[in-house]
Amino acid sequence: MGELLRPFEFEFFRNGVIVATFAGALCGMVGVIVVLRGMSYIGHGLSHSIFGGYAASALIGVNYVLGAGLWGVVSALMISGVTRRRVIGADAAIGVITTASFALGLALFAVFGRRGRSFDAALFGSVLGVGSADVWTITGLTIAVAVAGFFGYRRLLFTTFDPEVAAASGVRTGIVDAFVMLVLATSILATMQVVGVTLIAATLVIPATVARMLTNSFSRMLFLATGIGGVCGFVGMNASYHADVQPGPSIVLVGAALFTVVFVVTGSRGRRRTIGLIERSAADALRAPGPRRALS
Amino acid sequence: MVDLNAVTCSYDGTPVLSGIDLAVSATQFTGIVGPSGSGKTTLLKVLLGTVRPVFGSVHRSRELRIGYVPQVETVSWNFPVTVSECVLMARTRGRVLPWRSRDENAEVEQVLTRLGIEGLAGRHIRELSGGQQQRVFIARALLGDPNLLLMDEPTSGVDVRTRHDVLHLLDDLHDLGLAIILTTHDLNGIASHLPHVVCLNTEIIGEGTPRQALTADILERTYGARMEILEHAGMPVVLDHFHHGRVVPLRQRTGS
Repeated sequence: MGELLRPFEFEFFRNGVIVATFAGALCGMVGVIVVLRGMSYIGHGLSHSIFGGYAASALIGVNYVLGAGLWGVVSALMISGVTRRRVIGADAAIGVITTASFALGLALFAVFGRRGRSFDAALFGSVLGVGSADVWTITGLTIAVAVAGFFGYRRLLFTTFDPEVAAASGVRTGIVDAFVMLVLATSILATMQVVGVTLIAATLVIPATVARMLTNSFSRMLFLATGIGGVCGFVGMNASYHADVQPGPSIVLVGAALFTVVFVVTGSRGRRRTIGLIERSAADALRAPGPRRALS
Repeated sequence: MVDLNAVTCSYDGTPVLSGIDLAVSATQFTGIVGPSGSGKTTLLKVLLGTVRPVFGSVHRSRELRIGYVPQVETVSWNFPVTVSECVLMARTRGRVLPWRSRDENAEVEQVLTRLGIEGLAGRHIRELSGGQQQRVFIARALLGDPNLLLMDEPTSGVDVRTRHDVLHLLDDLHDLGLAIILTTHDLNGIASHLPHVVCLNTEIIGEGTPRQALTADILERTYGARMEILEHAGMPVVLDHFHHGRVVPLRQRTGS
């Protein structure tokens, strides 16, 4: 027991655990919307894209949250612009722009060397650079997103489930969509330091998918995914210290282990619930809900 | 309630609707028929207000309240939502608190009872039969207290009994004063039973009572295929496997 509690003697670790727990909870909460809207690839791409901005801001000495945030916004606008021209699909646009941005980040570090925040920390996460400012940032952001989600719950649900009818019913779906993108980008920025850009997508997707296997209710899924994300962050950060691996891989592996357990325990019912979560539209096209096929 | 005047819509420069004139009255009960890609869903969305015409105008009366029932194929059936949560989406605008009030619970219960699906409130939408699923979305539309109900292929993928039930439910709702416009591919099971039919293929080819609109000439111009019209109990019956003046079973046509 004493060995388990020993890392809590260090302030950097206490900060890291708090940030990892809140980051996990935040990503779990945001991940529900990301997964149900089939935006997992956008989350994955955006996190890689932001790395380019991270590298550039580290080199020129600009605040990395500002630099990487602006970079993420520019990338999102470029994806949107390329997609709107309909020459290539959204998935291809995300693939080209975000990986190019990621590659640029790697090239900048290779040519100009590593300054400021750690290169490895950005890729795979680190507990060492976490300070009290990060603790307050992630705590405040998680609370702000939870409060906004509480008061915007009905709009979020309707817009995610049936955006067209929601818009026709007077819900301002454009604002809801913009809010979701803003929260996604800020969550990635706030989580990047602990989890790392290469693994953020997993912290968005795994808790939401596990929660979906456990419930058929949107509200319960939100609560469960938030809790699961928080637990994965806490356990993963502790495991990271004891196993001497970076926090990102450790947190993701804890999530993956939980996913495996729930996948086995919930059996075919849980698996049916998650069909098509990632590629929702493609799966829906194949699954006409006739009276016999609709029974689960 | 809604007047469409010379409405033209296009996607990427390709016209989907062209020169549509349609006046929707408070007693409307209309079926829109036409081949796939003829603009049926787009016409519903113009009425709904989610698609804007590139030419022409749409006038809506002030008291217009529209309920929309989407095509079941477009619904995400794996979405984690129960019947009552789905129906209550109609009560989103202007609501801030996430939980339902006692009044809202009573309203949901009332509309589910009205549609004969009481007791299903806590079930996931995927766990219902095709007819029950259709009723859930009708219930959601009705909870918004509409005076015009738009339905996109309400009987696609359902069996004959369910189609019959849905048609009678819509007839009851129309009798209670609800105007209804629906799209359908089912000429005999649905369209020929309605008081008013519109044959659409980018433009309106013909409209009127089923006897006026479902004629061989109008249907050939609408679908690009020759059909024979019989009459049964005063209603037109459309035969589509029609070749050189007689109905031909598929095996004979392919020569096997």
